[in-house]
Amino acid sequence: MRPETWVRPTPAGLFVEPGSFYIDPSSPVDRAVVTHGHSDHARGGNRRVLATAETLAIMKSRFGHDAIGAIQALAYGERIEINGVGVSLAPAGHILGSAQVVLDWQGSRIVVSGDYKRRRDPTCPPFEPIRCDVFITEATFALPVFCHPDDKEEVARLLHSMAVFPERTHLVGVYALGKCQRLIRLLREAGYDQPIYLHGALVGLCDLYREHGVDLGDLRPATEAPPGMFAGVLVLAPPSSLGDRWSRRMADSVLSFASGWMRIKQRAKQRGVELPLVISDHADWGELTQTLDEVGAPEVWVTHGREDALVHHATTRGIRARALSLLGFEEEGS
Amino acid sequence: MKAFSRLLASLLYSPARNTKLRLLRVYLAETPDPDRGYALAALTGTLAFAEAKPAAVREVARQRLDPVLFDLSYDYVGDLAETVALIWPASDQSHDLRLGEVVETLTLAARAKVPELLEGWLDRLDADARWALIKLLTGGLRVGVSERLAKSALAEHGKVELAEVEEVWHGLDPPYRSLFDWLDRKATRPQIDTSRLFRPLMLAQALEESDLISLDPSDFRAEWKWDGIRVQIVSGPDGARLFSRGGEEVGPAFPDLVDRMSFSAVVDGELLVRRGEEVAPFNDLQQRLNRKKATEKHLADYPAFVRVYDLLFEGEEDLRHLGFDARRARLEAWVARTGLATGVIDLSPLVPFADWEELGRHRLGAGALNAEGLMLKRADSPYVPGRPKGLWFKWKRAADTIDAVLMYAQRGHGKRSSFYSDYTFGLWTSPGGELVPIGKAYFGFTNTELMELDKWVRNHTTDRFGPVRQVEPGLVLEIAFDSAQRSTRHKSGVALRFPRVARIRWDKPAGEADILETLVKRIPA
Repeated sequence: MRPETWVRPTPAGLFVEPGSFYIDPSSPVDRAVVTHGHSDHARGGNRRVLATAETLAIMKSRFGHDAIGAIQALAYGERIEINGVGVSLAPAGHILGSAQVVLDWQGSRIVVSGDYKRRRDPTCPPFEPIRCDVFITEATFALPVFCHPDDKEEVARLLHSMAVFPERTHLVGVYALGKCQRLIRLLREAGYDQPIYLHGALVGLCDLYREHGVDLGDLRPATEAPPGMFAGVLVLAPPSSLGDRWSRRMADSVLSFASGWMRIKQRAKQRGVELPLVISDHADWGELTQTLDEVGAPEVWVTHGREDALVHHATTRGIRARALSLLGFEEEGS
Repeated sequence: MKAFSRLLASLLYSPARNTKLRLLRVYLAETPDPDRGYALAALTGTLAFAEAKPAAVREVARQRLDPVLFDLSYDYVGDLAETVALIWPASDQSHDLRLGEVVETLTLAARAKVPELLEGWLDRLDADARWALIKLLTGGLRVGVSERLAKSALAEHGKVELAEVEEVWHGLDPPYRSLFDWLDRKATRPQIDTSRLFRPLMLAQALEESDLISLDPSDFRAEWKWDGIRVQIVSGPDGARLFSRGGEEVGPAFPDLVDRMSFSAVVDGELLVRRGEEVAPFNDLQQRLNRKKATEKHLADYPAFVRVYDLLFEGEEDLRHLGFDARRARLEAWVARTGLATGVIDLSPLVPFADWEELGRHRLGAGALNAEGLMLKRADSPYVPGRPKGLWFKWKRAADTIDAVLMYAQRGHGKRSSFYSDYTFGLWTSPGGELVPIGKAYFGFTNTELMELDKWVRNHTTDRFGPVRQVEPGLVLEIAFDSAQRSTRHKSGVALRFPRVARIRWDKPAGEADILETLVKRIPA
C-alpha cells in the first residue's frame, strides 16, 4: 500500500483518508487530531477534536469551551481506532502536551511529528523516536546553519548581562506558549529566584502550566510594578509587544529575544535586539538529521519550513524524500 | 578570538553610540597587546592582508561543505562570513586562538597557504569566533564603528583629549604599541614625524533644500563641488605625498604631480584630469586611478592636476584653527606665489552669490563644468576633522533620469531573500528594436513597491537562470543616475554611476521607453 494513497495533503490540512480525519487542520473539519496547542496547529471550530489532555486544556484556555467542539483526550502511548486506522500519541518534546501522531493502517505506519525538539525541556517529556514506514517531519530550522547552543549557556548570558547592566530592565521577548514557561524553568534551575514580571498576555498560560505541576516560582504582572521600579528586573513579554508603547515604561531596557532565529545575527539586528538568546523549541539541523536516522523510515515527507535542504540531505542518505506543502503554518509558533 | 568575537557581536547589536563606546573601552582595558591593537586596526579598516583574500573563504567552503546545502544556507543568511561560520561543522573548541597570532600569521602567509590555515583555525573556533575570523579576512566588519568612534574610545581609555589621539593616529601602525604605552602611562606620547603625515579631513553634510530657509546666505561661501577625488597634498623637505580621503597614499600613480611639488605645506583639493582647458569627465580620471604605475602614454593622454580649496599648514604653521575666510586669503596668496608655479595646481574659485536663489541658478550649470554641484562653507568655520554639523554642506546637482525597461530580476539576500529585488534594466536599440541592458539597481523603492515589483516579476517571468528571472519587456522604470560614461565592459557601451529606481512607471507602455542613443548623447564628450 503506497502511503500517499491513504494520507495526503488537502487545502484543509493533512487528511487520513480511511480514518476520515485531519491532523492539525487549518480550517474547520468534522474530525481533527491536534498535535499541540500552538495557534497554527490548534484551531477552533472543528466538530470533534482528539489530543492529549494538556493540549485540550490549552485549547480550552485559548478558544473557550464552546469553540473547540467535542473533545477526546488520549494519553501518550494509549491507542484507539478511528474507522479502522490505529491512532496513538507519543511525546514530541516541543511544549506541554505536544505529541507526534502515530497512524497504523493495513500493516503500514506513518508518524506525523508535529513540531518537536530533541533536547531536554523541563516542562514536557522528551521526544520518543518511533520506527515507521513514513516519517512526516517539520523543518522549521532545516538548514545546517541552525545549530542551537546549549540553553544553559544562553540563560547564563542573560544572567551575566543582568549583572553587567544592573541599572537597566531586561525585557525578553518569548512566545506565550512554551518558550515563556521553559525559559522561566531554566532560570529557576540556574538559581535565579527573584520575582519575574510578566506581560498580561503571558499570565494565563503560566497559570495553566502551574496547574499541570510546572513550578515557575514567583511571577508578578508587569503592570503592578510602578514605572520607577524596573531597574534590574526581568520582564517577559510576547515578541509583538517588544517595540510597543507598553515597553516604554521601562526606561533604558536591554531588548532581548529568545528564539532559534536569533542564531542569524542580521535577523537579530533587524529586530533591534541587543541580547539575542538562541533558545528554540524546534529541532535544529543536527536534531532533525539525527531523528531521521533514529526513526529509520525509508520515506520522509518534509513540511512547513525549509524543506529543500532536508529533502536534499535525506536523498543523499538513500531515503525517499519529498516536500509536502501544507498551508497555514507560520515560521515559529508566533 | 573569543574576546574579539564577543566585542564584534556586541557592537553589531548595540545601536547606541555610548554603548559602543563603553564596549570598546572595556575591551581596550581588558585585552593585552598586541591583540587590542589589531582589533582596533580591524575595526577601523586599517588592517589589510596582501595575500589573504575572500576567495580563500569560498575555497575552503567549497572543499568542506555540501554545495547544495551551502547555497541554500547562503541564500537564506545573506552574508558569506556568517553562513560559513554557522555551517562549519563543530569540532574541538577547547582552546582559543590569539587574535595577534592570527593577524601576524596572515600577514606573512603566502596566498596558497591561506586556505589551509583558515581551515585549521575554523576547526578550532566556536561559531562566533569563526564569524569574527572570516570577517577579519574578508574585511568590512560593518559593526558600526567609525574611525572617530575608535579614537574617542582610545581617548577615554587613556583619559586624554581626542585631538591628542587624532594628531598621532595616522603616524602609527598596528598594533599601536607605542600608542597604548602612552595611554597606559608607561611612556610619553609617541614622537611622530608630522611633516609628512595625513591629517583627517573635514567633511560636509548633505544639504536638504529645506535647510536653506534657516541659513543666512551672507554667512556662507560657495565653491564648485568637483567630480574628481578628494586629495590631501602633504609636502615637505623630504618630498610630497598625496593621500586619498581615507588617508591612503595615491602618490605613486601620479608621479607627474608629486615630482613637481617642492614646497612645504598641507593642502586640501580635488584630483582631476584636464582636457585642454576643461575639466575632463570622471571617466578620464578613472583611467589613471585604475593603475598603480602610470605609463608615459597615460600621463600624456590624461594629464592630472589638483584644484585646491583649503590650506591646512603653511610651512610649520597650523592654520586649521582659523576661520574659512582667513584660510582662504592665505590659500589664494599661497597659490599665486607657490602653487601655480608647479604647473599642476590651480585654485578652485569661489562662486559669488547674493541669495540662495541666485546660487540655485549656478547649481543648474554645474553639469556643464563637470562639477557634481556646489559646496557651501561657513565663512567662519575652522578646519575640523570629521563631519561637524552646520559648517560645510554639499549641494549636489539634480540627478539625471532615463526611462528604461525591466529585463531581469534577481532575488536579494538576507531580509530580501524571498523577494526579487535586484533589477537589470535596458533601453531599446531603436524604436521597435531590441532591448540592451544598461545597468542594475536594487534600491530607490519603498517596501510596498518592492512587494508590487516582486509580484509583477513572478507574474511575468519568461525564463529562469538560478536566482535570476527573465521577464517580459512590459514594465518601465524611471532610473535616476549621477552620470553616464562609456564602458567597454557593458554590451551597451554605456555605464551609469549610482543608478537607482526613481519611479515605477506602471502607466507607461514599454515601447515608449527611451532608446540607447538618448543616453549616449548625455555622456560628456
